[in-house]
Amino acid sequence: MRLPAVERIGFKSQLFVDHLGGLAVFTLSVLRCAFVPPFRFRRFVDEVFDAGVLSLSIVCLSGFAVGAVLGLQGYDTLVRFGAEANVGAMVGLSLVRELGPVLTALLVIGRAGSAAAAQIATMVTTEQLDGLRMMSIDPIDFVVGPKALALLVVMPLLAALFILFALFGGYLVSVMLLGLHGGTYFASLESAITFADDIVPSFSKALVFGALVGFIATYRGYTSEPTSTGVSAATTGTVVTASVCVLLFDYVITALWGI
Amino acid sequence: MSTEPGQEFRVALDGVYLKRGDRQVLRGLTCGFPRGQISVVLGGSGCGKSTLMRLVGGLTRPDSGVVRVAGEDISRMSNRRLFSVRERIGMLFQGGALLDSMTVFDNVALPLREHSKLAEPDIRAEVSRRLVAVGLEQVGELYPRELSGGMNRRAALARAIVTDPEIVMVDEPFSGLDPINVRRIEALLVELNRRLGITLVVTSHHLASSLRMADRIVFMVDGRAISGTPEALLQSDDERVVAFLEAEKDQSTEDYAARTDAFPVAGGAA
Ligand SMILES: Nc1ncnc2c1ncn2[C@@H]1O[C@H](COP(=O)(O)OP(=O)(O)OP(=O)(O)O)[C@@H](O)[C@H]1O
Ligand SMILES: [Mg+2]
Repeated sequence: MRLPAVERIGFKSQLFVDHLGGLAVFTLSVLRCAFVPPFRFRRFVDEVFDAGVLSLSIVCLSGFAVGAVLGLQGYDTLVRFGAEANVGAMVGLSLVRELGPVLTALLVIGRAGSAAAAQIATMVTTEQLDGLRMMSIDPIDFVVGPKALALLVVMPLLAALFILFALFGGYLVSVMLLGLHGGTYFASLESAITFADDIVPSFSKALVFGALVGFIATYRGYTSEPTSTGVSAATTGTVVTASVCVLLFDYVITALWGI
Repeated sequence: MSTEPGQEFRVALDGVYLKRGDRQVLRGLTCGFPRGQISVVLGGSGCGKSTLMRLVGGLTRPDSGVVRVAGEDISRMSNRRLFSVRERIGMLFQGGALLDSMTVFDNVALPLREHSKLAEPDIRAEVSRRLVAVGLEQVGELYPRELSGGMNRRAALARAIVTDPEIVMVDEPFSGLDPINVRRIEALLVELNRRLGITLVVTSHHLASSLRMADRIVFMVDGRAISGTPEALLQSDDERVVAFLEAEKDQSTEDYAARTDAFPVAGGAA
């Protein structure tokens, strides 16, 4: 359909608003299933396990690599000012406040988020969700809710894991490789990071990202067209939308609350 | 052929119009499925048989017209209330629609685990019984992807009937089955109907088995339905019905020799 430019923008933004409205209604009904019986605790645990297992190795490995790079760069920069004793603080602060939650979110989107979207979209295509409806089982309850909530819950855990491995990577590089004193690294780390100002906000950020990824991935899967192009659109759409949303929200959260 | 007066329809559609994409699939479809009888829905591929099934399940809503299930108009019912109506319906989807993340056994057990108060050992016994009935006692622990198309659909049939719902809708139960399994499934459906008085709606291309089992035939053409008894259908002088019956006759009764005559090259190997 060829439309004049202005009309096209109007059409696009109307679609966007439609989507936002749809996502809001969808999110409410998913949240509802968390508080109204029947509770699908077993399915939730299974999904947590699936999402966690899918992302575990890449989160650990990437965390380690990012920490190592930070150690290297941090040492290189700080040594010019004779401040290399603060490598621990620098690695720790950038990881806990920013890189840990954001990079974990991007990794989880690529791995578990896209998988969740593709799986739900496939279930739409093969009428599995309709099959559930005909058994008087609400697919939001049975399939979507557990997946969305699992992504929400695993995100902070994986972010914590990412940060731990990154701190370890930074330690290895700056202490083992560059000869910084191990005690110095940890002392600087310990003095820079506080529970209330750094760890709690980091955890909250990861939780927000988890919610974004969980709801966007399941929404895209649930509303996909029942065709193979529908499945692929849901998958790529999840990766793009969720990544952009995570980065935007990261800015907003940081600007508003200074974390 | 017309609706016989005084018959109680367990499921009825009245003046249903439905557009899917750009196509007007149903144009004033009116038909009914009497309580405790076997109705067979016949019609060419793409005439809207599966669409009819989805309408009765409330999965697709009509553009206009009324869909009545157990006396209730479901065409504008809220989703929440639809779930309680659906407890009366068992449905076999054309594609099976088994959950691919669960074994066949768990798939068949799912409706019982969700909606019955049976203890686990009773559930296992019941599921095993149903798997035997559809000839799949060996494959309970396999996943749907490990089954053939015909096995998949038989497992899905077991799932559709495991709770003994009062209305059973089966979409193409015979397609992709060998003659022995066609007989087996046909016998199973007839037995369900006779023993439990289940209202059965079957779509089929398979004219021979349809005529054997049907109490009533709904013939879909041009987005509408012509219904009546199998005898009435066979004697119908409606040209579209006659054309369908003739085509089917050509397929099933033409003898093999005639075909090898028609295709000497292909038949030469035999
Ligand atoms: N999702 C859809 N979007 C657009 N059109 C559709 C869709 N699904 C089905 N149709 C159209 O609706 C018509 C009826 O489809 P339906 O699946 O009900 O046919 P059917 O009678 O079950 O055919 P078959 O015997 O091959 O199973 C078809 O002509 C098809 O083109
Ligand atoms: Mg069909």
